[in-house]
Amino acid sequence: MNSNIWLLSFADSVAIATTLILAALGALFTERAGVLNLGIEGMLLTSAITSFLVADSTGSVWAGMLLGIVLGAVLAGIHALLTVVLRANQIVSGLALVIFGTGLANFLGKPAEGKTIKTTIEPLSFGPLSDIPGIGPVVFGQDPVTYAALLIAVVASWFLFRTRAGLEVRATGDDPATVDSQGLSVATIRIRYTLLGGALVGFGGAFHMLAQSAAWHLEATTNGVGWIALSLVVFAGWRPIRLIFGAILFGFTLQLPFTLQAEQITFIPSALMPMLPYLATLIALIALSRPSSRNILGAPKALGIPFVRDER
Amino acid sequence: MSNTSHEVASGPYHSGGAAPSALSAHSVSKRFPGVLANDSVDFDIQPGEVHTLLGENGAGKSTLAAMLCGLYQPDSGYIARNGQRVVLSSPRAGLQHGIAMVHQHFRLVDRFTVAENVILGSRNLSFVLDRRSINERVSEVAESYGLPIDPTATVGDLSVGQRQRVEIVKALYQGAEILLLDEPTAVLVPAEVEKLFENVHAMTQAGKSIVFISHKLGEVVEISDRVTVLRGGKVTGHVSGRGATDTKDLARLMVGRDINLGTQRASHPTGHEVLQIRDVSLNVNGVNVLSNISFNVHEGEMVGIAGVAGNGQKELADTIAGLLSPTSGSISIGGATATDRGPIHARELGLAYVPEDRLGMGLVPSMSILDNLLLTRDRHIVVDRASVRPEATRLIEQFEIKANGPDHLARKLSGGNAQKVLLARELSGGRTATKLLVVCSPTRGLDVGAIETVRRLLDDARSAGQAILLISEDLDEIMSLADRILVLYRGSIAHETPGETAQIATVGAAMAGLTTGVNG
Repeated sequence: MNSNIWLLSFADSVAIATTLILAALGALFTERAGVLNLGIEGMLLTSAITSFLVADSTGSVWAGMLLGIVLGAVLAGIHALLTVVLRANQIVSGLALVIFGTGLANFLGKPAEGKTIKTTIEPLSFGPLSDIPGIGPVVFGQDPVTYAALLIAVVASWFLFRTRAGLEVRATGDDPATVDSQGLSVATIRIRYTLLGGALVGFGGAFHMLAQSAAWHLEATTNGVGWIALSLVVFAGWRPIRLIFGAILFGFTLQLPFTLQAEQITFIPSALMPMLPYLATLIALIALSRPSSRNILGAPKALGIPFVRDER
Repeated sequence: MSNTSHEVASGPYHSGGAAPSALSAHSVSKRFPGVLANDSVDFDIQPGEVHTLLGENGAGKSTLAAMLCGLYQPDSGYIARNGQRVVLSSPRAGLQHGIAMVHQHFRLVDRFTVAENVILGSRNLSFVLDRRSINERVSEVAESYGLPIDPTATVGDLSVGQRQRVEIVKALYQGAEILLLDEPTAVLVPAEVEKLFENVHAMTQAGKSIVFISHKLGEVVEISDRVTVLRGGKVTGHVSGRGATDTKDLARLMVGRDINLGTQRASHPTGHEVLQIRDVSLNVNGVNVLSNISFNVHEGEMVGIAGVAGNGQKELADTIAGLLSPTSGSISIGGATATDRGPIHARELGLAYVPEDRLGMGLVPSMSILDNLLLTRDRHIVVDRASVRPEATRLIEQFEIKANGPDHLARKLSGGNAQKVLLARELSGGRTATKLLVVCSPTRGLDVGAIETVRRLLDDARSAGQAILLISEDLDEIMSLADRILVLYRGSIAHETPGETAQIATVGAAMAGLTTGVNG
């Protein structure tokens, strides 16, 4: 067994995990405020193609990144408008967003089909540190967005559990009526964190395009990562730090077939491992639909429920 | 009306030299579509005073309270704080003037700690929370009013009484000088009520004013310095409290006629055993909801099951009604076994069931009174409405149901009238004459007039020889109606006593799990 291949594969897992971490953090913030946004996959695709087109035409990956983030927030804004302001069913709105986002991305992506982006995000170089055998490429060989994603997850955890605003978000997801009675606006908080969540998802989509995929392959560009991100939030119990480890684990199973191929291990069918995250997604969505399991998992109590003040 | 006007208003009955009221309402009116909820209402409260708002549901006390705390604004009239006219545009504005409402349905996040709940919404805290200093401050505020509470406890683990304390501490922490307590005793066991009253005294000693909103006459007389009685949106009386008045006078002011909510017990000896429960246990998801319950209910007897909500009452009722199968033990109705035979069989044996959730389990809200009656009458393929219509009309009259006739939709009935429809259906029997009536919280949420009617109907059914199992959280109701009282605590019968000689202290202690012996 070639230990180098396994180390490289772990380094790749962390890279794949970056998209997952960003998209799942986006979902986490949205859901902590009580809004379920199933549209992550559509938002990822739209942000991905936007960042592709912008980066391709301007030659700046960072401009692409920025526009990707903005598009994520814009799509989340549609969801917020429909579900928070107009109190539409969150599941229906989320699914509609998947279809809309996918269609929009395919439409915008016409000129990009078969093209590869020339400028991509390069891994940071820490000089000799990156060349340390073993941990070097894993810890010091990632691109800046990966480090940013990890930092965002740590800050998110601190924000949610150690600040006043974090307390208000969590309260809004659990018990909006209480938040309302304290003179805080449930709608404002929900819209704010749905938009923030959308921006993070957009960030993930742009990163996936510019640092991972580099070519536009229609829906296959994201390949269901948005759905996996949703399940990741469930398995992480809506906690950002746990989400990092889950993302790396899912990332590892997603890239495993390539490693197995390189190692010429054939007794495990190569299609089996990448199936596991989707299986996990299926289980997570079933768990989300059952009140008893929702409670055990620690789901925000008002997740998916529009807030209506009960007037007497 | 403007916030800046400094017109000095004197209290309605404290004019002339006296200190201005802490809070007062001056001929405030509030109209909702179709109802004049408050009609020129005057109210005032002094520092250190307990002033009760008494009235039936819909009398306007909640509307007045909502205007006093900033939830609603009056259409006419105005609110004054320390004699200064104020506009309370929101509950937050109310809080800024030191006015806080403790809602009947607690506004607490179960997963948060006590301290987190107390500080939620506080604007004067730093962005980053320092847990230790927050916990200390919350403890400090709580203890200064004799309301000890652990700031690190999770609210979801607390008892109802403790949660209420958290709500009060929250209001005090936010600097409330005037607390409006909306039906605060509705959810408490007697020992907790006593504790609450001690806390109220501690707060008034410290100069806080308490607006107490209630329809329970006994406790109103006990706790209030003054009482304002509302009926139909108007003030019908200002009375001094603390024994200066009696419950009969208050009831008359509240309802507009004499009310008899006195004791009613079986007038003649009871007959055969109708319901026999032997060693019934029920296990739901690995939790023993009921353990080894045994008791009988006889013809013409009313047995009351007292207890705090969630001690197995609902499950006991559902098990008797055949909706749940007991894990072990047996149930028989009228001598025939009913265990594991399902709800239809139980009804065929003469069971009638009035569940707690009137419009959820009891009636179909979207159907008419007639169709709701048909549910227990007609088992044919084609529904025969014509044959039941005369009965429906008769029952509407007999049970004094306020409706436009048999075709009135159930969901358009008031709580009291819905309950009367349910009782009418169950008491009048379906295909089998009713032998056993199981009723859960029959008067919850009803106003005094309707409570009186429902109680009378139950008493009539008892006199007619029906066996009645009355399951209620309203201890007063059980004390004044039941011939025998059983206390359910954590799924077991913790106490049994004849209704005649029952002591409220003993029964209350058993409800709180303080005694385990069976006596009487």
